[in-house]
Amino acid sequence: MLAKRIIPCLDCDLQVPHGRVVKGVEFKQIRYAGEPVDLATKYYQEGADEIVFLDITASHERRETMADVIRATTENVFVPICVGGGIRKPLDYVNMLKAGADKCSTNTAAIHNPDLINEASKIVGSQACVIGIDAKRRYIEEESEASDKIIVETKKGLAWFDCSIYGGREFTGIDAVAWAMECEDRGAGEILLTSMDRDGTKDGYDLELTRTISESVDIPVIASGGVGNPQHILEAFTLGKADAALAASIFHFNEFPVPQVKAFLKENGVVVRAK
Amino acid sequence: MISIIDYGSGNLKSIKNGFSKIGVDSLVTDNAGMIKDAEALVLPGVGAFGAAMGNLHKYQDLIFEHIELGKPFLGVCLGLQLLFSHSQESSKIQGLNIFPGEVVRLPPDNKIPHMGWNQLKIIKNCPILEGIGSEYVYFVHSYYVVPENNDVVAAVAEYGIDVPAVLCRDNVYATQFHPEKSGKSGLDILKNFVKLVE
Repeated sequence: MLAKRIIPCLDCDLQVPHGRVVKGVEFKQIRYAGEPVDLATKYYQEGADEIVFLDITASHERRETMADVIRATTENVFVPICVGGGIRKPLDYVNMLKAGADKCSTNTAAIHNPDLINEASKIVGSQACVIGIDAKRRYIEEESEASDKIIVETKKGLAWFDCSIYGGREFTGIDAVAWAMECEDRGAGEILLTSMDRDGTKDGYDLELTRTISESVDIPVIASGGVGNPQHILEAFTLGKADAALAASIFHFNEFPVPQVKAFLKENGVVVRAK
Repeated sequence: MISIIDYGSGNLKSIKNGFSKIGVDSLVTDNAGMIKDAEALVLPGVGAFGAAMGNLHKYQDLIFEHIELGKPFLGVCLGLQLLFSHSQESSKIQGLNIFPGEVVRLPPDNKIPHMGWNQLKIIKNCPILEGIGSEYVYFVHSYYVVPENNDVVAAVAEYGIDVPAVLCRDNVYATQFHPEKSGKSGLDILKNFVKLVE
């Protein structure tokens, strides 16, 4: 049986040599957690199932720095690596895979040019094409207010989910559930689903969002945004039906190290890989 | 020297890094001489069966010769599937036919691709599985192999069906999962393979 995956996420600022891993709420109160290569190696040794590197500046100029980080990481880290931020063309996928990555995640570029998913998945395979969806709840009073959207009955009322781009700085009005299904049809191999309502809050994942998307597609869904403790990760699997859970600060600042999270999940009946 | 055949497919550097980590030199190469002289060959692969076979065609005889000479050979992921006769993925294309049998699509009852960490169930002894028990290893694939002769299956992983995970016949070994992405267990399997090189 497939194990549920625990995925540390490294938000990377690549404007200094070797880069640095940052964590902050909307770029305020930024804390530095260390160098990407060092943290990735630590998490690998602790039993992380996969590691995600996100270039938070998503800059084209820094892509070579990211490739260097991936090259250095994969000398010592033997679990799958996913890279996001600044991936815009099929060639970007090819170059990141050549550097040692296994998957690339795109968000804004795929929204602007959905054919990128078809093209990239033909060249590098669906398994390497992760789509990042950053979704925000839009509450409505009546279904007629959003008749073209997929409406979910949440505990706080009716809502649909709006896709954001540019790291949450812009909203598109695109329905996140419909977009996830379209991405699957176009050849995406996985959805990295972040709740913009929960990101940085430590209140737990948006379980209603996660479950809705996970039950709408047949590709794996990674829950992201809002994790504050191991109980939240357990809920992402049991209630959110996620295939994997992504977290950052609980790992970076040693609040709940990977082995502790995995031990907790195992005690609660979730199948996880022992180190 | 271990040669990793570079036929324009997949993440070759990770396998080389895996060997480096266990202190073994290997070479990623498309050079016929280097492939011919290799003490052990690795056939990696990610992508579609048909396209990969097209690119692999020119190395086919070198692979047959290597195996005939009794030298260790390891197929990884698509590199395992290419050892079969044909695949539903590209039905008109002939595979290497080293293992008679077919490559078929995973049943739709579970998410496809079969992606993530799954547990090995050992069926029979195989040199590359020495010291390996019911470890979790990393899979990414949408098709699986159905050998005519089931005796070649050394380990499976349960994913709705028993997916053949390790094949083993004389000097030919193959893994459906990625040992180079399977943490310490994967590196142990690479170590076992290296031990077979005289």
